[in-house]
Amino acid sequence: MVTADRPAIARRDAGTPGPRHPSATPRGSEATEVGRRALEVAGQVRDPEMPMLTLTDLGVLRGVEVERDADGEVVVASITPTYTGCPAMATMRDDLVHRLQDAGFDRVEVRVVLDPPWSSDWISERGRAALRAAGLSAPGPAPRRPGPVLLTLGPPRPAPPCPRCGSAATRLTSEFGATACKALYRCTACLEPFEHVKEI
Amino acid sequence: MSDEHGSVFDGLLGGDSSQWAFGTDFEDPLAGVDTTTPDGVDPAELAAYCLMLGDDALIMSQRLSEWCSRAPDLEEDIALANMALDLLGQARLLLARAAAADPGVVPALPEGSPVPPEDALAFFRDDRDFRNVRLAEVPNGDFAHVVVRLLLFSTARLALLERLRASRDHVLAAVAGKGVKEVAYHRDWAGRWFLTLAQGTEESHRRLLAALDALWPLRGELVAAHPLERSLAMAGVGVDPAELREEVDAVLDQVLTVSGVPRPGRAPLAGVGGRTGRDGLHTEALSRLLAEMQVVARAHPSGRW
Repeated sequence: MVTADRPAIARRDAGTPGPRHPSATPRGSEATEVGRRALEVAGQVRDPEMPMLTLTDLGVLRGVEVERDADGEVVVASITPTYTGCPAMATMRDDLVHRLQDAGFDRVEVRVVLDPPWSSDWISERGRAALRAAGLSAPGPAPRRPGPVLLTLGPPRPAPPCPRCGSAATRLTSEFGATACKALYRCTACLEPFEHVKEI
Repeated sequence: MSDEHGSVFDGLLGGDSSQWAFGTDFEDPLAGVDTTTPDGVDPAELAAYCLMLGDDALIMSQRLSEWCSRAPDLEEDIALANMALDLLGQARLLLARAAAADPGVVPALPEGSPVPPEDALAFFRDDRDFRNVRLAEVPNGDFAHVVVRLLLFSTARLALLERLRASRDHVLAAVAGKGVKEVAYHRDWAGRWFLTLAQGTEESHRRLLAALDALWPLRGELVAAHPLERSLAMAGVGVDPAELREEVDAVLDQVLTVSGVPRPGRAPLAGVGGRTGRDGLHTEALSRLLAEMQVVARAHPSGRW
């Protein structure tokens, strides 16, 4: 059994916004060659439902560290779910283990980090470009909500421009799409539907 | 994925943990999360509290998922299924947290059964062991019914989760931190449809009022404090639902006012001998729901899914 030298869930004070991870770049034991290589391998694993994104692009991979116990080195990859019920989590864990094992890391552990919760702000610039290239609309800035969440009875966000034709004449068709993280829009100029990755 | 792991069915054969996700050991939803019970808290009380919040989510999720393929259009079908999935995710973590706090709450299964504790809690408990509010369990009605039920449910749950982010229990705080973002979408969806139906046709208006009238008495349990909830709120772990009442009322009044619908006058549904859903007192609808939800799992207590 490997024990982490820090709690898996970092506590924060009530009422204050959680720490914002400055970028999608996961932490890693980059000081060592092993750590650098493990991070590189894990960072290339792709999201099973949005394969244009790596887990790093998506901001789901929070860290890759090399820990030592009595039996030697263990690669520990930390991931966080985009949504609590995200059914892709098991596949992500499995892909991480297999890719790292294929790369020669025999002992791999995947940990779940629930706090701070994932934010669409963690999708990297490269990830946003990859979304647009695949015909998806990238999220705008996530709402920051000090205090009670306000009820929104009108449109939830300014309508995003069409990722295909660039028209601003788009209309929300559903706040929920084929995966938990996407909303559905339709462009009234080119008439094509498109998916928008939601701001959370 | 590389070729050696190409067949997704390999893992279903079980036994070989080098295979695909199903049938491997990757299933513990709290793997790597600190599940130590906070100081000064009775683990059995913490477990019971997690069951209350987890069962609310589980039973509501089951009712929402019954809408699959029955919604007025494809987009709303997907919306209902997505909200069911969010709540199922919350239920999974909360039931797993209950089991980690007090393994005594998990029903006994045949030796060697691979059923994880959260599944054992969902599929092998009887109706009297469920601690969800009765609002979550009443049978589905028409589309107005699911809109009103979700508005009442998500308004109270969002207010609760906002406060639960400050829980001394790491898992509850983390589940709440994530849940707030999810349930905010549920409440917005329900609020928008409430407004749409209220201002739609004469028929949609009539159906909305009928659903509101039928469900209004059931909202009482969401904002009435059970002794256990009060005790855990005192310990800095839970939330006293009575504290939510003002905020919940303000949000509901906002929706009712914008929609031009008068606030119903019906009194909260009373408990029986002081007992409510939080004590395991339910309507017969829960027994029927569980019979359907649990039948396959119970037929195969050693099954691997």
